[in-house]
Amino acid sequence: MSPNATPTRAAQELTTRVDGGVGQTARRPDATLKVKGEFAFSSDLWAEGMLWGATLRSPYPRARIIDIDVSRAVAMPGVFAVLTHDDVPGAKCFGLEVADQPVLAIDQVRYQGEAVAIIAADDPETARRAADNVVVRYECQDPIVDAVAALADDSDAVHPAGNVVRHQRVRSGDGEQATAPVVVRGEYEIGMQDQAFLGTESGLAVPADDGGVDFYVATQNVHDDRRQVAACLGLGEDMVRMTIVGVGGAFGAREDISMEVHAGLLALRTGRPVKFVYSREESFFGHVHRHPARMAYEHGATPDGKLVYVKARIVLDGGAYASTTAGVVGNAAAFATGPYRVPHVAVDAWGVYTNNPPCGAMRGFGAVQPCFAYESQMDRLAAELGLDPVEIRVRNAVSEGDVLPTTHQLIDSPAPASELLRRVRDLPLPPVTDGPRNPIELPGGAGNTTRGEGVVRGVGYGIGIKNVGYGEGVDDYSTARVRLEVIGGEPTVLVHTAAAEMGQGIVTIQQQTARTELGVEKVTIHPADTSVGSAGSSSASRQTYVTGGAVKAACEQIREALFRRLPDAVRGAGRLRLEGGKLFTPDDEAIADLRDVIGDEPIERTVEWRHRPTEEPDANTGRGNAHVQWGLCAHRAVVDVDVELGLVKVVELAAAEDVGRIMNPQGVEGQIEGGSAQGLGLALLEEIQVTDGRVQNASFTDYLIPTILDMPPMRLDVLEMADPHAPYGLRGVGEPATISSTPAVVAAVRAATGVPLKRVPIRPEHITGQEVRTAGNPRDA
Amino acid sequence: MRVNLVVNGVTCAADCAWEGESLLYLLRERLALPGSKNACEQGECGSCTVYLDGELVCACLVAAGQAEGREVVTVEGLTPTDQPLNVVQQAFIEAGAVQCGFCTPGFVVAADDLLRRTPNPSDIEIREALAGNLCRCTGYEKVLDAVRIAAARAVGRP
Repeated sequence: MSPNATPTRAAQELTTRVDGGVGQTARRPDATLKVKGEFAFSSDLWAEGMLWGATLRSPYPRARIIDIDVSRAVAMPGVFAVLTHDDVPGAKCFGLEVADQPVLAIDQVRYQGEAVAIIAADDPETARRAADNVVVRYECQDPIVDAVAALADDSDAVHPAGNVVRHQRVRSGDGEQATAPVVVRGEYEIGMQDQAFLGTESGLAVPADDGGVDFYVATQNVHDDRRQVAACLGLGEDMVRMTIVGVGGAFGAREDISMEVHAGLLALRTGRPVKFVYSREESFFGHVHRHPARMAYEHGATPDGKLVYVKARIVLDGGAYASTTAGVVGNAAAFATGPYRVPHVAVDAWGVYTNNPPCGAMRGFGAVQPCFAYESQMDRLAAELGLDPVEIRVRNAVSEGDVLPTTHQLIDSPAPASELLRRVRDLPLPPVTDGPRNPIELPGGAGNTTRGEGVVRGVGYGIGIKNVGYGEGVDDYSTARVRLEVIGGEPTVLVHTAAAEMGQGIVTIQQQTARTELGVEKVTIHPADTSVGSAGSSSASRQTYVTGGAVKAACEQIREALFRRLPDAVRGAGRLRLEGGKLFTPDDEAIADLRDVIGDEPIERTVEWRHRPTEEPDANTGRGNAHVQWGLCAHRAVVDVDVELGLVKVVELAAAEDVGRIMNPQGVEGQIEGGSAQGLGLALLEEIQVTDGRVQNASFTDYLIPTILDMPPMRLDVLEMADPHAPYGLRGVGEPATISSTPAVVAAVRAATGVPLKRVPIRPEHITGQEVRTAGNPRDA
Repeated sequence: MRVNLVVNGVTCAADCAWEGESLLYLLRERLALPGSKNACEQGECGSCTVYLDGELVCACLVAAGQAEGREVVTVEGLTPTDQPLNVVQQAFIEAGAVQCGFCTPGFVVAADDLLRRTPNPSDIEIREALAGNLCRCTGYEKVLDAVRIAAARAVGRP
C-alpha cells in the first residue's frame, strides 16, 4: 500500500485461474479480487482531474416549474457547471420502451425525486452544497396517486395521452361468462418493493479527444444504455463508448439509466472526467421499483377442486414514467393464472401512470404480483373444499404438453409443477423444540419479546411460473467474440461479450463453457463493453441461456476451424474431443497437443446467437407464442408467529426448482437462496412507503431488507429435466425462486393465525387486528 | 484539518476538506483504499466495516478526525501482500459466499473479528455477529457456510 497515492481503478480483465467446466462448481474468477477489496466497483473509479457530480431533485410529486435560478450555485468556488434541461443537446427525454422521461425536468415535475438540475464540482460536498443553492420556484399541483382511480375516464392525467401505459386482455373459453359450482373471491395488494442493491448508482464519464465520451458504468445492458445516452447527448453511437465496471447488484434496477446522461453532459461541458456516486437516499429516488399492485381475483372450481375459471383484474402502478411497465403488464397478464390448467379465463391487466415513484423491472418482472394473488386464491379454494393446499395445486398443475391457459402456447419442455410441489411437501419438517428456546430463534428475535408464549407454528406452500428470456416478439440475441491462441506456451481462450456481470455469475458460466467446449484450462474474460455486439440485458433469467449459448456457438465454430487443420485421416477417425489441452479420438487416444494445432495462428470467431422467435400476444385475447421457456419453483415455508404481537419468524424455507441442467451447483443454489430471500422480504419486511406521492423511508434504517437473522436455513431440491431447445438443456434460474417464496411465507402465517392476510408486506397489525396508523402507512389493508 | 493515523500498519496523513468528513471517505478517496464500501452511510449495512484500534466499527459513522492517532485495519490489510489469503477470505471464495461482492469486504472483516473472539461459533452466534451486515445477493446461506469452513480451519491459529 502506498499512503497518499491517488486511486486509479478501471474495468478489470478477469484472469484468475479457476478450474471447472459445465456442471461443476467452478469458482468465480472475480472472487479473489472481491474478498481482498481489490475489485473495482463503479463507485471506486478515479481519473486525473476528475470532478464530482450531484443532482438536484424535485421535493414535490407534481408541480409546475416557474423558474430555475442557477446563478448562486454557478458562482460558488469549486463549481464548474450547473446544467438544466436547456443544456441537453440531443433528445430531451429517454426511456427503455417509451422515451417519456426528461433527462432534466422541463417546466414540470411528475414525481418526487425527478432530476431538475445537475452540478459538477471539485468534491462531492461542494457539489451537494451547490445543488442546495440552485433556486427552483415550483407551483405545486395535486398529485395523482391512486392507480385505480387514475384509470377512470374522467381522471386528471399525468401525461397528455392519458394514464394507461398498457392494457392487456386475456380471454379464453367462456371468459367472463364462465360459471362454476364453487367460487372464491379475493382482493390482494402488493406494496412497492425496492431492489435495494448494495452498490448505489455510480460511474465515470470521461470526455474524449474526438468529441465523444467514454463511460465506465454499472448497468444491466450496456448497449441499451448507449442507445439512450447517445441520443440525449446528440452524439452518434460510435462516439459513446461504454464499459461495464463492477456492478454492486442490480435485480432489475439497472435496466434503466440513472446518472449516465447527466455525467456525460457535465463531462462534455467541463472537458473533465465527471464521477457520480448516489447516496443511499438518492438511490431510492434514482431508480425504478417493483410495481405496487391491486388485484381482484375470482376462481371458480368443481366440487372436487378442479379449476373451471379464473377472472382477474390487475392494476399495476407504473408511477410517473413508463420504464418497462408495458413489459411488466404483459407478464402479469400471461402469468395471471399461474402454473395451472384453467379452461376459462378473463384477465385484464393495466399499467398506469401516476405521480408516484416510477416503477419498472425487478426480479420476477410482473410474475411476482399475480403469484401472490393466485396462490392466495388456491389456499382459499383448498379451505373452501376442505382439501390439502398441496393436493389442490397438484390436481390443477400444468405439465409438459399442456397449453398455458392465458397465451395458449404449448408448453414444449418439462414443467414439473406437481413434482416440485410434492418434493417440497415431502422434505422433513424442522423439529418443534420443547422447553425454553433462545429468544433469537423466536419471533421478535433480539427484542426478547417472548420465551415461546403466544407463539404458533404454521406451514404454507407456493408455486410460481415465469418466462425465461425476452418474450412478446422481441429479438432476443447475444454476441460472443471468442479467441483461441497460444500464450506463454499454453492454449488460452479469450471470451469477450457485453453481458453484464451483476453478481449472478455469468463470467463464471462463460469460463466454464469455453473450458468444456475447447478443452483448455486458461480462460480470460474481457471486460464487457460496447466494442463487441450486444448481449442484451442481464435480466429475465436469460443471460446463461443467451450469452452462454453465444459463447458455446462461437467455441463450436472455433473447434470446427481447428479440426479442419488436421490431416484428413485424423478427421476421418470420427468425433474428436478436446480435453486438457489435447485432442482425443473417439477411442480416447491422444493424437495432438492443442497448442501445436493452434501454433502461431489464433482462431477467432464472433457469433450472434438467438433463440427461436417469440410472438406478440393478441391485445384482446392474450394469445400468442409469447415465450421461449418457463421456469418453475415451489416453496414450503415454516413460520413461528407471535400472535399477540404480530411478529413472524421464518423457521425454514424449502425450495424445489427444475433448472434443466445444473451449470454450476453453487451458482444455482446461490440464485435460489438469494431469490428466496427477496421473496421473504416482500412477504414480511420490504416496502417503500409512499404517502401522497412522497417516499417516507428512503434509507436502510427505514426500508428493511432481510438480515442474516431474518433468513432461515434453507433446504433445496434441484431437478435437472433438460429443455431440448436450450443450450445444454439449461433453464434460466435467476427469478423463479423470488416469485414463489412470498406466497409460501404468507400462507404459513395464515396457517398459523387463521387471519386472511391480503396484503404484503404483512405488518404486525394485520396479524393482531389492532390497526396502528402512522404517518407512513395510510394505505393499511 | 490534517489527520494522522496508522492504516494497515502504515503511518498516513491526510487533509480533510470539510467538517464531518467520515473515516470511510478518508480511506476511500484520500488514502486510495476503496476496499471498504459505502452502501448506506447510516451504519445499517456494514459494508464499510473496519477495525479501529482492534474494535469493529462502521467507518461511515466515524468522523475522520476521530481517527487521529489511532490504528485502522481495512479489508486490504487482512492479508499481508504476497501472503496466502486470510482463512476467512479463502472460505468466502470456496463457499460461494461472494456474488456481487459489494458487501463482501464488510462481511470478511466482521467474520474475521467473530472468529478472533469466538473461534468455534454456533450458527446462532454467527447470525448474531453478522446481523449488522446486509447482503442482497446470497440469502446468507453461503455466508454461514463460509464462516463454518473458516472456523473449522482456523482452530489453533494465533
